[in-house]
Amino acid sequence: MKLLVPVKRVIDYNVKPRVKMDGTGVDLANVKMSMNPFDEIAVEEAIRLKEKGVATEIVAVSIGEAKAQETLRTALAMGADRAILVVAEGEVEPLAVAKILKAIVDEEQPGLVILGKQAIDDDSNQTGQMLAALTGRPQGTFASAVTVEGDSVKVTREVDGGLETVSLKAPAIVTTDLRLNEPRYASLPNIMKAKSKPLAQKTPADYGVDTSPRLKTLNVSEPPKRTAGVKVADVDELVAKLKALGVAA
Amino acid sequence: MTVLVLVEHDNASVKDATLAAVTAAGKLGEVHALVAGSGAQAAADAAAKIAGVSKVLLADDAAYAHALPENVAPLVVDLMANYDAFVAPATSNGKNIAPRVAALLDVMQISDILSVESADTFTRPIYAGNAIAKVQSSDAKKVITVRGTAFEKAAREGGSAAVEAVAGKGDSGLSSFVGAEISKSERPELTSAKIIVSGGRALQNSENFHTIIEPLADKLGAAVGASRAAVDAGYVPNDYQVGQTGKIVAPEVYIAVGISGAIQHLAGMKDSKTIIAINKDEDAPIFQVADIGLVGDLFKVVPELTDKL
Repeated sequence: MKLLVPVKRVIDYNVKPRVKMDGTGVDLANVKMSMNPFDEIAVEEAIRLKEKGVATEIVAVSIGEAKAQETLRTALAMGADRAILVVAEGEVEPLAVAKILKAIVDEEQPGLVILGKQAIDDDSNQTGQMLAALTGRPQGTFASAVTVEGDSVKVTREVDGGLETVSLKAPAIVTTDLRLNEPRYASLPNIMKAKSKPLAQKTPADYGVDTSPRLKTLNVSEPPKRTAGVKVADVDELVAKLKALGVAA
Repeated sequence: MTVLVLVEHDNASVKDATLAAVTAAGKLGEVHALVAGSGAQAAADAAAKIAGVSKVLLADDAAYAHALPENVAPLVVDLMANYDAFVAPATSNGKNIAPRVAALLDVMQISDILSVESADTFTRPIYAGNAIAKVQSSDAKKVITVRGTAFEKAAREGGSAAVEAVAGKGDSGLSSFVGAEISKSERPELTSAKIIVSGGRALQNSENFHTIIEPLADKLGAAVGASRAAVDAGYVPNDYQVGQTGKIVAPEVYIAVGISGAIQHLAGMKDSKTIIAINKDEDAPIFQVADIGLVGDLFKVVPELTDKL
């Protein structure tokens, strides 16, 4: 079974984003960028399926600016076999990403596509579900466990009330949640090896996809700021505060 | 404009998340509610009573029993021929179904809205809530998910909508429900609780959650939450997680115990009315957003607090 793993280059999760003064977006100049954490989990899951003998080949794909090549090299260093970079300037919305991925799925015919459930920059949580819709495939979103059994894929999902397990007819789409696995670090020899793994460069036009945005960002602003309040010296003072708030009798 | 709202329900009753979605949808136009379920007449009757709902569509079929998106999305897409917007609560269920509907309609979804500025303009959080984007949609139909904490809940009583049966294509044959492990608790639900007591990695183990956090929560009639670190470490189940990609909460009072305050956690609770932090590290970032802070060893001060309340 071939696996397709889309990855996105985003602001590093340890960096506190700053809104630009002119209200046009978040300042990404000279900011550390990394692979979206949920996508790292997706790459790791694909590698584990290959190590178990379930998967035969892992293809990583990224859609974004040319620098997304670094993100793909990271995926290759972790253990992906080859990569496809679809170079697109500006922001590409989840719907357009899903359309490009659909074209790649048609070409590559993967048995499973594993994606992060959400990118930590736009927090949309849409691409996997949209890809499933466009390809007419079943979806196992927010996965905390994935088991491939013949031509069915069992996915345990993190839902509001706890956990839910569904069985999907392969080929299927899976999106990862935090508890699916702990991604490995790429070793130095593997980072070196990744430099010579195949990486194909494409454009959205190669797949016949129009990436013009449907949503226009009118402005980006800072949320209302909270300021630090008071520190109480001891529990008695805290109890008094809680009583004043009316939450304790 | 007529808006179709996806009702979050358990076949017998309507969940709170629906009520905020009804309020958001009401800002766009006339609100109809879709109950897709199996043996869900009681949920449809409850939805018909929600103030602001003028019609309820009930799709009652075994195929909709577990809200599988492969079955529910085509039903919604068919119904959308008669609607201008589809609005779902940003619950795990809404987030699962809405994008599938949006793609089938060739619409770019607007996720997790915080406000309705006009018929095509909305605000939504990006970058873990560190920025708010105002976006305008050029799509003819809108597909929207609604952040529950950002809108008032519509009243559960006051409406008297008619319930109309609708039929969809039923089972797609693509997926099936295997089972669920749903946490059972006598405590209030996290996303609708007035008070939340949350614990972090500093609790050290599951046992300490039971002996330190839960007694305080029970004294206050509060829900119990947790940071990602505490969930990852296995102290509590995943449905306790508050944060960017977990549950978004905004209670009257949020008590963070042994939580340092990573931006991903703050993203899930910083709209709480009053934040109280208990942490032994006086430099912990949580104190920068806390209204009331107590620096101290949680193993000493939390039991003392529980005692004195």
